[in-house]
Amino acid sequence: MQAGDTFATTSPMLHLEGITKRFGTFTALDGITMDVPAGQVFGLLGPNGAGKTTLIRIITRISGPDEGRVLLDGQPMTQEDVARLGYLPEERGLYKKMKVGEQALYLAQLKGLKKAEALKRLKEWFARWEIDGWWNKKVEELSKGMAQKVQFITTVLHEPKLLILDEPFSGFDPINAELIRNEILRLRDAGVTVMLSTHSMPSVEELCDNIGLIDKAKLVLHGNVREIRRRYSDNTYRIDFKGNKVALANALAFMGELLDAQEKDEYTSARVRLARDAKLNDVLRQILPSVDVHGVQEEVPRMHDIFIKAVGERAPEEVIAGFTE
Amino acid sequence: MNKIRLIIWREFSTRVRKPSFLIMTVLGPLLIAGAIFGMAWIGSQENTAHQVLVVDTEGVIGTRLEGSDRVSFFLSGEQVTDSAFKAGPYTIRVVLLKDVLNDPHADLYYKTVPSEFVMNRVRSELDKAIELARLDKEKIDPEAFEKIRKPLDIDSFDIEKVGQQSYAQERAVIGFFFGYFMFIFIFMYGVQVMRGVMEEKQNRVVEVLISSVKPFQLMMGKIIGIALVGFTQFLLWIIITGTITIVGLGVLGASQYDPATLAQNGVTTEMRDQLMQQGMPAASSGLDEDKITAIITQVNIPLVLGAFLFYFICGYLLYSSLLAAIGSAVDSETDTQQFMFPVTIPMIIAIVVAQIAVMNPTSPAVLWCSFIPLTSPIVMMVRVAMGSAPVWQLLLSMALLVITFIFTTWLAGRIYRTGILMYGKKVSWRELGKWLFYKG
Repeated sequence: MQAGDTFATTSPMLHLEGITKRFGTFTALDGITMDVPAGQVFGLLGPNGAGKTTLIRIITRISGPDEGRVLLDGQPMTQEDVARLGYLPEERGLYKKMKVGEQALYLAQLKGLKKAEALKRLKEWFARWEIDGWWNKKVEELSKGMAQKVQFITTVLHEPKLLILDEPFSGFDPINAELIRNEILRLRDAGVTVMLSTHSMPSVEELCDNIGLIDKAKLVLHGNVREIRRRYSDNTYRIDFKGNKVALANALAFMGELLDAQEKDEYTSARVRLARDAKLNDVLRQILPSVDVHGVQEEVPRMHDIFIKAVGERAPEEVIAGFTE
Repeated sequence: MNKIRLIIWREFSTRVRKPSFLIMTVLGPLLIAGAIFGMAWIGSQENTAHQVLVVDTEGVIGTRLEGSDRVSFFLSGEQVTDSAFKAGPYTIRVVLLKDVLNDPHADLYYKTVPSEFVMNRVRSELDKAIELARLDKEKIDPEAFEKIRKPLDIDSFDIEKVGQQSYAQERAVIGFFFGYFMFIFIFMYGVQVMRGVMEEKQNRVVEVLISSVKPFQLMMGKIIGIALVGFTQFLLWIIITGTITIVGLGVLGASQYDPATLAQNGVTTEMRDQLMQQGMPAASSGLDEDKITAIITQVNIPLVLGAFLFYFICGYLLYSSLLAAIGSAVDSETDTQQFMFPVTIPMIIAIVVAQIAVMNPTSPAVLWCSFIPLTSPIVMMVRVAMGSAPVWQLLLSMALLVITFIFTTWLAGRIYRTGILMYGKKVSWRELGKWLFYKG
C-alpha cells in the first residue's frame, strides 16, 4: 500500500508508529503506522469492532500500546500532553444530577484550565450557541441533543491542538448536526487538527482531507481522500448524448465498454468504462461522428463504495484464516 | 495532585448537597435519640403489672416470696385448673413440681409472653424462696449461709503496673466500640464508593473523565471524597444527637427519664443483662463513676486514638478500593453479589473475633486475626485498647496492613482501569484475573 505521498507538505500533528495492542490472545491492533497531518480533518474509518476505539484510547493515553509509539507534534507523547487533546468519546455522558454550568466548569478544570478562565470561555460559548438558560439546569432535565451540545463545548473549551471526535453527529438532529459540522470546520480553519471517527461516509467526503481505514486490527487504506477516490476510479465516465446507443457502442469499438444506458426524453445517459490505455479525448473523437455528445463527466467512486470494497476484499482471506486457526 | 483535589471536591460537594444527605443527617440523630427515648419508654412501660400465681401444693414457699410493683406473687396451696387460670385475674401461673426442694423444677404458664425482665424476676424470686426453704429444712441459719457463700472477688493487676487495678476487659470494650464504628463506617461508605463508580460507568461519563485524569486518580479521589462525606455526617450526627439528647432530657427532665431513676426502674439492669448475654462482662459488673475514671485514665489515649486513626484509614482504603474495583467490573447492582460475598465475609469474621477478643484476648484466633490485614483493623483495636498487644505485634500488624493496602489498591486500580471501559459483558473471576495482566 502506497500511503500518504501528498502529506509531505505539512508535518504530521500525530504520528503513529507500529502500534500493536493485544488483549490476551486477541490482537486488537496490529502494527498500525499512520500520520495525521496538522490543521486538517482526518477520518478514522473502519467497520464495527475493527479497533478504532482501541486506537483512539491509545492516542488519548487511556490505555497503552503493547508495541509502538505515539508522537505528538514530533515528540513522544507524555501524560501532560493529554491537556492538548480534546476527546469526545463515542460512549459519552454527563453526571445526570449535576447542574450544566457546574459540570462544564468541573470538566474544564480537570483539563487544567483555571476556574476564572474556564468560566469566561464557557460564558462565551453559551452566549454564542444561545444556551445561557441551561446553566443552572440539571443534565437530566436536558434532551439528549442538548446534553450532546454541552458535551461538545466541554470537549473543545480548553482549545486543544488535536481534537478527536468519535461519532460526533450521533444523537443530533440535522440542524444541530450542521451546527457541529460548521464548528468542526471553524476549528480546522483556526489551526486545530481534527480526527474524526464516523460511519457516515457522506460526511467523510464532505469534511475529511485524509483518511485511515482500519479493518480487523490492520490499516488497510490510508491517504488523501481525493487521491484514494481517484485511485479507486476505474476509468468510468458518464456520457450524455443525443442519438442511438447502439451507434455509440459500435463507435466505441475496442476503446471502451458500454455498461448501461438510460433514455430520458431525447437524451441518453450512458456509463462507459474505457479500456485501460484509452484516453478520453481519443474516445470522444471516435464517437463524435456517430452521436451528438451533450456532456461528459468522470464517475468518481463514493467513499461508501470504497469502504465496502476495501473491507469486502479482505473478507475471504479472513474467513480462511478463521478456519485454519 | 491538583486534579485529585478537584475530584475530591466534586464528590464531597455534590453528595453533601444532596437532599438524601440532609435527610439522613437530620433523621439519623432523631432515630438514635428516638431509640434512646424508646428504650426508656419501653422500660417504663414494663409497669404493666404481672400477677403471678404460684401453685405450691407442698407448702414449701411459705411467705418467702417478695413481690415488686411490677411482679406480685400470690400463693395457692391447691391445684388451679387451666380453665380457672384462664378465667382468673392472674397473668402467670407457676406450678412447683413434686419434691421441689430436692428436684427443683417448675412449669410456668402465661397468657401473654412475659418479657425477659419479668421472667428473670420470677426465676430469681422463686430461686431465693426455695433456697431459704432448703436452709430451713437443713436447719441452717440464713445469715450464716450468706457469710459462707461470699464469693471471691478477684481484682487483676498488671505486674508492670503494681498498685493499679487492671480493667483490661473494660478497656477491651472501648476498643470494641472503636472497631464497631469502623465496621459500620466502612460498610456504609465503602458501598457508596461502589455505587459511585457504577454510576459513572452507567452514565458513560467515565471515558470523558479518564481522558483528562488517570483512572487511579479518579478512583482515589472518589474514595477520599466519600470518606470526607462520612466524617462530616458523623460529626453532624454527634453534634445533633448530643443537642437533642441534652435538650430532650432537660425538657422532659421529669424524674422518670433521669438516669438515676432509669437505673432504679431496671432499664440499665435490662441492658446489662443483654450485654452479659452477648458476652460483655465488663458492662455486667456495674460501672460506677470511680471505676469509669480509673478505666479512662488507664487507657493509653494517644496510642488508642493513634491506632484507631491508622487502622481506620487503612482499613477504609483497603475495603473501599476493593469495592471500587467491584463497582467498575459490573454493569448493574445485581451483578455485584458474587463479588461482594468474599469482601463481606472477612468483615463479619473480624467483628465476631473482636467479640471473642474482649473475653479471651490470648485466643489464637484473635492473635491471627489481628495480623491478617482484612481483619486486623477491627481485631487489633480491641487488643490495643486492652493493652495486650506487644509493640512488635502492633508494628507487624500495621506493616502487613500497609503492604496489603498498597497491593490491593494497585490491584483494584488495575481492575478498575479495565473495568470502567468494559460494557455489556458478564464478568467472571477468571476475567478479572486476566485484566490484571493487561498492559496499562
